[in-house]
This record gives sequence, structure tokens and C-alpha cells, in this order.
Amino acid sequence: MARSTAMKAAGLILALLIFTFFSLAASSSNNQIQILNAERRIDLSSHIVKVFLTLKVENVGTSPASEIFLAFPPSQADQLALVKAQAAIGKKKKKSYVHLDVNPTQLPDAPNGTKYFSISLLNPLSSGETATLEVLYILTHSLEPFPAEISQLESQLVYFRDSALMLSPYHIKQQTTFIKTPSTKVESFTRVEPTKFAGRELKYGPYEDRPPYSFSPVIVHLENNSPFAVVEELLREVEISHWGNLQITEHYKLVHAGARHKGVFSRVDYQSRASVKGASSFKHLLASLPPRVHSVYYRDEIGNISSSHLRTDYRKSELEIEPRYPLFGGWKATFVIGYGLPLEDFLFESPDGKRYLNFSFGCPLAQTVVNKLTIKVVLPEGSKDPSAAVPYPVEQRLETKYSYLDVVGRTVLVLEKKNVVPEHITPFQVYYTFKPIFMLAEPLMLASVYFLFFMACVAYLQIDISIRK
Amino acid sequence: MLEEDTRKLSMADGESSREATARTLRNAFGNVFSFFILLLIGILAFSIRLFSVIKYESVIHEFDPYFNYRVTQFLTKNGIYDFWNWFDDRTWYPLGRVIGGTVYPGLTLTAGTLWWLLNSLNIPLSVETVCVFTAPIFSAFASWATYLLTKEVKGTGAGLTAAVLLAMVPSYISRSVAGSYDNEAVAIFALIFTFYLYIKTLNTGSLFYATLNALAYFYMVCSWGGYTFIINLIPMHVLLCIVTGRYSSRLYIAYAPLVVLGTLLAALVPVVGFNAVMTSEHFASFLVFIIIHVVALVYHVKGNLSPRMFKVAVTLVVSVGLVVCCAMIAVLIALVASSPTKGWSGRSLSLLDPTYASKYIPIIASVSEHQPPTWPSYFMDINVLAFLVPAGIIACFLPLSDASSFVVLYIVTAVYFSGVMVRLMLVFAPAACIMSGIALSEAFNVLTRSIKFQLPGSSGISQSGDTSMNTEGEQNDIAKTEKMDETAKERPSKKNKRKEKEPVVKASIRSRIERRLLVLPLEASVIAIILLVLLGAFYVVHCVWAAAEAYSAPSIVLTTYSREGGLHVFDDFREAYAWLSHNTEVDDKVASWWDYGYQTTAMANRTVIVDNNTWNNTHIATVGTAMSSPEKAAWEIFNSLDVKYVLVVFGGLVGYPSDDINKFLWMVRIGGGVFPHIKEPDYLRDGQYRIDSQATPTMLNCLMYKLSYYRFVETDGKAFDRVRQTEIGKKYFKLTHFEEVFTTHHWMVRIYKLKPPKNRIRGKTKKSKSKASSTSSPKRSGTGKRNPWH
Repeated sequence: MARSTAMKAAGLILALLIFTFFSLAASSSNNQIQILNAERRIDLSSHIVKVFLTLKVENVGTSPASEIFLAFPPSQADQLALVKAQAAIGKKKKKSYVHLDVNPTQLPDAPNGTKYFSISLLNPLSSGETATLEVLYILTHSLEPFPAEISQLESQLVYFRDSALMLSPYHIKQQTTFIKTPSTKVESFTRVEPTKFAGRELKYGPYEDRPPYSFSPVIVHLENNSPFAVVEELLREVEISHWGNLQITEHYKLVHAGARHKGVFSRVDYQSRASVKGASSFKHLLASLPPRVHSVYYRDEIGNISSSHLRTDYRKSELEIEPRYPLFGGWKATFVIGYGLPLEDFLFESPDGKRYLNFSFGCPLAQTVVNKLTIKVVLPEGSKDPSAAVPYPVEQRLETKYSYLDVVGRTVLVLEKKNVVPEHITPFQVYYTFKPIFMLAEPLMLASVYFLFFMACVAYLQIDISIRK
Repeated sequence: MLEEDTRKLSMADGESSREATARTLRNAFGNVFSFFILLLIGILAFSIRLFSVIKYESVIHEFDPYFNYRVTQFLTKNGIYDFWNWFDDRTWYPLGRVIGGTVYPGLTLTAGTLWWLLNSLNIPLSVETVCVFTAPIFSAFASWATYLLTKEVKGTGAGLTAAVLLAMVPSYISRSVAGSYDNEAVAIFALIFTFYLYIKTLNTGSLFYATLNALAYFYMVCSWGGYTFIINLIPMHVLLCIVTGRYSSRLYIAYAPLVVLGTLLAALVPVVGFNAVMTSEHFASFLVFIIIHVVALVYHVKGNLSPRMFKVAVTLVVSVGLVVCCAMIAVLIALVASSPTKGWSGRSLSLLDPTYASKYIPIIASVSEHQPPTWPSYFMDINVLAFLVPAGIIACFLPLSDASSFVVLYIVTAVYFSGVMVRLMLVFAPAACIMSGIALSEAFNVLTRSIKFQLPGSSGISQSGDTSMNTEGEQNDIAKTEKMDETAKERPSKKNKRKEKEPVVKASIRSRIERRLLVLPLEASVIAIILLVLLGAFYVVHCVWAAAEAYSAPSIVLTTYSREGGLHVFDDFREAYAWLSHNTEVDDKVASWWDYGYQTTAMANRTVIVDNNTWNNTHIATVGTAMSSPEKAAWEIFNSLDVKYVLVVFGGLVGYPSDDINKFLWMVRIGGGVFPHIKEPDYLRDGQYRIDSQATPTMLNCLMYKLSYYRFVETDGKAFDRVRQTEIGKKYFKLTHFEEVFTTHHWMVRIYKLKPPKNRIRGKTKKSKSKASSTSSPKRSGTGKRNPWH
């Protein structure tokens, strides 16, 4: 008892220390950084909202700053799929970009549950210096269909909620927000002067000299008929066979996440003018697969789905699939895509003798959000010490799977990630050790079984087991 | 025996031993050869059935297989005990169905065991894959069983020929292509194997085979309702043997254990249960069981008594026995006559009286496979075998043995049954194969022998060697018994077999001398062989064509070739089922005609009102009545059944002929059989069924018409129905109680939702109040109360 309380106390002290440290760090940085110019470009043309942020920051304090903080309101933080940042280096002509690390952090004086990400600068920004940062962040499920239920003939209208003023822990001298809409049809939008709508672009700003944490909520009600394809669950199984094949099986649970379909679905209307009558629906999906893909299949639990096309060239393969029926809002479909790939394109040997698989993370379907992605890498029987190198934080665990004539089972490395967007498609690596002798285990087993069988036959035919002669 | 015979002929000991070793070698070679032929036959039987997988996909076919597949899935997921106790609430809503007690579990258990076996070896095949390939595997088994059966009847040569014929007989292919996961697929194997074991017991008199026979019979009872064919055919044969004075102790051993054990085992199968002793289908076996005991007793007594004493005993027993028998029969007849169907089930009765079903049970008559076949279908299904069968029958009479008389009896009864129902062509096909196998083998035997005798080179060879070579067909197994003689020490279990074969061997020696005289001219036999080979080639070509083109379509996916040669796929059924399964609530009830019941439960996983297990006529008639009623009445019927979606199959846009409009008259008939307000003549104009402008108003206003043709006119402006080849009668109409929720790409399946009852407008309520009170329907008063303004 006494020991546990002591430990608790120690933990408390530690937490307090960290807290004070962070609060000191934060308060100091908040005061010494100011944003000279912030430009936000929000792209609403699909259901994946992309925000490009260009920040020009200046260190007005005395000590050098190594971190810049980005702030998000809690509602947006849940929808945030990805934050990327890069710094511009060099002059205008010879501009090059350097990737910067972005990590979620917490600040002590966060108002109303604001969530933070910290961008670590390459070189600390010394006093009086300026730097230009480019930030891309992606929001999913942030377009709310309104009306929530539409009929086949209506087109889909959505709400987009954001703030005209960028949420930031810093003082912003000048800021502008551009919202790009998919069509010219915008039902309404909140006006925060100066506000201008022209063509397919809505402009908020420029606003001058706003203090930290200024917020001015806006709602844009606009038409968006792009396919709201959401994969609720995607299970990708990558099976390595050292006989030269990499077998991929992908189980999809697809849903149209737009405004729910209401009432009648009329095939006559859909077939006569699908683009008008059924505008919010979609029927094609495009999956980009690696080159040299072979034995592709596309099926669901009740059999093959015949409506798919595969185009291959030496750089990539494109699989165009159609679900069994066009998907209207709220309609679901499940299907499986499977294909084989030549092993030598993906499996390599690292200098320390380990083997590693280099495969792409994410969902091969274009323009889709995956709510829950599970990647299972099935290593060959007898492989040891699996470890994964993934560029994003993912959950990892190990499983065992029994496949064709396995005795000890295959090690399966399971990677899980929520809220995955196409921008997550980057290579990841799985390292493991494997002795090639294990490849012969199954053929030898089969051979010996046959041998024993024939020996048993011979023995049965030759041995006299009768009692009476 | 033959060995002794040759020894006499050759006169020298050394020579005979040399010949004996040569023959042993030849026999060994022949055995290995026939083993490989059998292996190839198995591969042929399996692979000829894969056309459907190659041309289409690995998918379960048609209707009933989907049910079997679903049951297998349940079995593999929940285990055998849950399977026996399975009450299925997804079908026959609101009644449900006790699956464990109403299915023949043989097929399901077979595939389930296969799946379990594979998975325990860590071969992760899906249940679907196992189900798809069960039928081809079992047809390979069936052709091996045919080999064994025919070998017992007429020797190895005939056995191999019959096996190869059965491996590709179109009639059997039609029920056992990959994906056709139906009872018949395993039942035909069980049928032939049971017959084989019966004949084997009959030939050997071994109790071991008799027990196996009962077990095989048990498997057959598990698999298919057609087991009644076995339990009637075998008693018939026993009776035939007794009547023709062929009673022997072997016959007794072949029959008595089968009846006792077989009946006990059959009663273990829940779906059969006490029917095994209670229904008329089984009575013949019991009657013959009594007779064979009486006969056995008589033979026993006859053997022990002197002829005079025997006569006295006979008169005594006959006079007493007759009285007892008469009393028994009277009681039995009274019992049977007291039941309305005379103790026979509907399907069996329609076999005995082909007009029975069309008169009394429209559901049985409405199924196309229960119709009598046409002559072309015989040619389609057994092809050249039809011409070879008579020759085979004749060959069976030369000489007539117990076994060959059984085969003759089998084919005669099978011909009759196949003439009553198309479906029973399947029972006929193995018999035809066996007969043709015998005929072909005998013919080749005669022809090759005549050639051999007349070839200049061969006459010089010593006669003994020659004859043993020539009479291969029949004597192969004699030679085998001979080998048994030599190796008797090694295989003592087969010793008793030798004793049984002795008379046959003697007969064959006698016949061999006769056969020397039965020689055909050389030219004639060469030409005949060529013609026979051509005939065989024609058969093979036909079988491959039938397997590839006629019987491989899964019927759930349709394909057509466009004029440019492109393949067009109609996958509408699965589109609709997938839609139902993903986009409706789990507990929603779907009403459709019973044909689609199994598929809806299996593929869409939704509750259906009626399905292909047509056990409740009233329920089917209710759905039939709803389909043939006007919209409002239909809505009320469906609503009372808690139905949320109505599914109709419509082929008018693409010309798919087996749609609901073409089946509609059966709905009217079945509905009208229970609910007399539906009258068939109301739907016919001058006795003609039509949907064009001449159609009757009842037809044009019934639900089926409306659901099929709703907004059809907007597709081409004229509403031309490609199946009926006419413009429809009523083109523009609105639905008031149903709304279209889904139509597939080619319009083949249309799904409608029942609209919820409308809120009443105030003014209308007052007006209709008097009406409502007069009808005093509880539903209406219910809606009245729900109205907040009331």
C-alpha cells in the first residue's frame, strides 16, 4: 500500500513538473511568435476537405523558437486525418521544400479544448527572423448533408462549418481564407465582411491584426455531388510466399456517406439521364494497383461481380470496378478485391541479413476515406522477429494464421489505423528473418505422406494377417 | 479350376507353370491397367463437370442448391447438434420451418464432413468451394460404383465400359455439374453403390457385404427421397428370384439383413422417422420379408423331411397360413384405406398415377421437372444409349444370372418412372449406362474374337493360350478368382467367394467351346467395330456438348453473345439480392413467388414468406392470391403477413422467358385452389392467356401485372414485351399502395416496398365512417385511432 501511494505521489510530481515545463515553454513561445501573413485555401470539391495553409511567421521575441503550433477547434480535430508541413527554403526562383515533422501536443492554457499540433522547425528561428511554412491538413466527414435525406432527383447539398478567422495561438497580422466550391451553386454562406463570392471561389478577408484565438464561425451551404465514397472497414491481407508470389486480398465495406436516399429508386429515371436524376449517386470506383499485377478478381460473398475492367501498363495498373448496383446515399455494398504480385518487386534483403517487405500503406481506391484500415501482413511459416516501419502512428499486434498445410502457423503482423485518406498512400516496411529451408517443409511433408501411404499399401498387400491358414 | 484344365491340355508340368506365371503377370498387368483406366474415368467424370466453373464462375447454381448451401453453412458454423435442432425463422414467415427434421441430411453432412476434414488439415477452402465441387467428386465415385456393379454382373470389360459411359452421361451431368449442389449428386452414387453391394452380397453370400449394404442404404436414405426406389426394387427382385425358383441362402442373406438393419437405420433419419414402417412405400419390402421367410422355412423343412411328410406339412401350413394371411391383409388394407391418400405421399402417387398431380396437387404439377419427358429429351439425356439398351437387355439374358436379372428389372422399372417425371431420368441413366456398357462390351468381345480367330498368324498358336486371351471380357474375373486360388493364402477373406464362382467357371468352359462356333466374318466384324467406335465417338461429342453448352449455365447468371461476339452478362438476380442484403433491415420480410425463396434467404439473408420447400399449400396460395388480386387487396394480404418488400421477376425488357408473368397462371391456379374468389377464367380471354390490349380487366388490374409493368412504357415508348412478343395492354398507371424501391440493371428483378397506410384527411374520414363501421375491419379502426385529429 505504502509503496503504491509513494509511486502515485512520484507520478503526480512528475506530471506537475512536465506541466510546468510545458506551460513555461508555451507561454514563452506564444508571445514571441507572430504570424505576418496567413493564407488558407480550402478545397471543398470532393468529400475529402483539403486545406492548404501558407504561414509567414516571425520571431519577435528574444530567444530562438524551434516549434510552431497549429491550433484546431475540437470538432475539427476529430475529423483531422492528416497534417503535413514543409518549409520553403531559398529565394523565389530556387525555391525548394523541406518536409517538417508534425506531432500532436498539448498546451496548458488551451481554451475550450483546443487541440494542437507542433511543427518542429529545422533550424530554430532566431529573434527577428521570418520563415514561410506550407501546411496541408485534411478533414474527413466534415461536410454535413443538409437536407439529410434527398430523393433520387435532387442533388446533394452540404454544410461546411469553419471559422472565417484562423484559430491560432499567435497574433495574426493579416489573413485571408479562400473556399473553393465544386460548382457555382452555393445556397448560402455566412458573411464576415469583407466577403466575396465569385466564380467557384468564396473569399473571406483579408482581416488585419487579430489577437490569438480569434474565432468567427461561418457556415457555407453548397452543392456537392462528388461521390461520398467511404470505406467503413478495409481489411488488406498481404500474404508473402517465398515461392515468388505476393497475394493481396482486400475486403471492403463501402457506404455512400452523403445525404440519405429517400423513397423511390426509379431505374427508368436513372437510365434515361443518370447525371441529372441520380446526381448524388456513384457507380464507378477506380483502384490503382501496382504494375505487373496478375490474377485479379473482384467478387462478393455471393459470387463474382462481372462489371470491372483492368488496364495495365508498365508504371501502374488501374482497376475500374462497379459495385453491383449504383450507390445512393446510405446504401452499402461489400466486396473483395484480390490480386497477385511478383515477389521480387516488393521483397528485399536489408544489409543486416533481414528481409523486408516494402508495400504501400492506405487504400488503393481513389477519392475514398477509410474509417478503419487493417493491414495484415502474413509472413511465411517459420519467419521470426517481425517489426514494422510505418510513417504514421498505427496500432500493431501479432496474430497466428493457419493456411495450406501449416503446422506451426504463420506469423501475422496486424497494423490498424483509423481515418485514412488517399494522401496516406506511402510505402511502409515490414522486417523479418526467414531461413529458406522452411520453404521445403511442406513439399517434404507431402512427399513423406505419400511415401508412407504407398509403404502402407505395400505392407498390406504383402503381410499375411489371417488367423487361419 | 481353369488352371487344372490347362494343365490337362498342356500335359507338361514345366510348361504349365511357365504359363501360369505368364498369366499371373498378364493378370497383374490387367489389374494395373484397369486401375489406371478407372483413375482416368474418375478424372474424366470430375473434369467434364467443370465447364460451368470455367465458363461462368465457381458459384452455386439454381434454386435448391442455395438452400443446401445455406444449411451447410449453418452446419459448419454451429455444429451437428444445432443443425438437428435448427428451427429456421427466416422462411415461411410467420410459421418457420424445422430444418433439422425436414431435410435429407446426407448431402449436407457429406459436404460438411469434407469441409471439416480439409480445414483440420489446414487447407482453408471456403464452404462454398467445397459445396461447388461436391457433385463432381461424387460423380467420379458414382462411375467407380458403376464399374463395381457392372463387374459383378458381367465382368471387368463391361464394368469399365459402363463406368466410362456413366462418367459422361448427359442426364447425370445435368444434375451434377460443379455448383449444382443438390441431393441427387450424392444420391446417384449411393443408389448405384447400394445396388452394387446388394449384388455383391447376392453373389458371395457374405454377411459382411450385407451389413455394408444396409449402411449404404442408410446413406441413400440420408441423401434423397428416391431411396424408396431401392426399397421397392430390391424386394421386387427378391420376389422375382423366388418365383423363378432361384431362391438360395445367398438371396436370404442379401435381403433379410437389409430390411431389418436398413429399416432401423432409415428410421434414425429424422425426415423419415416412423415413415419407414408406416407408409405404403415401404410395405412391399415387409411383405417380401415375410414371403422370403416362409420360403426359407419351406426349403429348410423340405430338406429335413421326406417328400411324403413334406406334402402333409404343406397342406397343414397352407390351410392355417392362408387364414392368418387373410386376416392380416384385411387389417392392413383397413388401416391403409382409412388414410386419405391411401398411405402414399403425393409425389409417389403421381408416379403410380401420372395424372394424379395435375388433378389434385397443382404445386407438384407446376414444377417443370415433375412433368413427363418428351421423346427428344430422352435423346438429349442418354443419346445413343437409348439404342444400346435393348442389346444390353438381350446380353443380360445370355445367360441369365441373379445379378443380370436384377439389372434387367432395374432398367424396366426405371424406364417406367422416367416416363412419368423428367426428374427420374436421373435414375434411368445409370441403368442405361450399365446396359449399354454390357452391350458394347459383349459386342466388342464377339467382334474382336472373330477377328482374332480369323487372323492368319494367330491360328498357329496353341489353343489354350489363345482361348484364355480371347475370352477376356467375361473371364477376366474368372481369371481373377483363379488368381485368388493361387494367392488364397494371402487373402483368406475372399475364400468363400471362390466357392460361389465354381459353377460359373464350369459354365464358362462349356460356353467357350460353343463360342468357337459363333464367329462372324472378318470384314463384317471390322466394319462393325468401326461403326461401334463411331457410335461411341458420337456419344462423347454429344456429352461434351451437353456438358459445355446445355447444362452448365448456373441460371443465376445469364450470358448472351452480342453480334460482335462480345459477351454480355445479366447478373440481375445477384444485384437484387445484394441490394436487399445491404440496404434493408435485417428483419424485413420479402414476399415473392416461391421459386425465389431459397435464393432470397441464402443470398439476401432476408425472411421470406414461402420458399421452394412447398410444404404448406395454403401459405403459397395466400401469396398466389395476393399476386393475382388488385393492388389494395394485395396490400392488405401482404400487410397482414408483415411483408415489407415484394420482389417480382420480369423478363419483358430483355426477353428472359421464365419470369413471373409466365408463371402467373400457376399462381392463379394455386391461389384459386384455396381461395375460391380467384377464378382462373377471369384471367383468360377465350381460354387464352394474354397481357396485351385484349387481356381481361382482372388481369390488367392484378398486382403481378402492375408490379411487372410499372413505368415499363417509359423505356421504349411503346411498352413492347419481348417475351410475350406484344405490346402490353395497360401502359400508364400509378401505384397507390406500393412504391418502387429498386429495379435491377436489366429490369429482371423489381423490388417494391409496401407504402405505410395513409393518414386520413378529416373530411374523408367522416364520409367513410359509415363504411368503415359496416366493414368493421380491425385494421381500419386501428388506423383511425392513430389519427391525432380524430
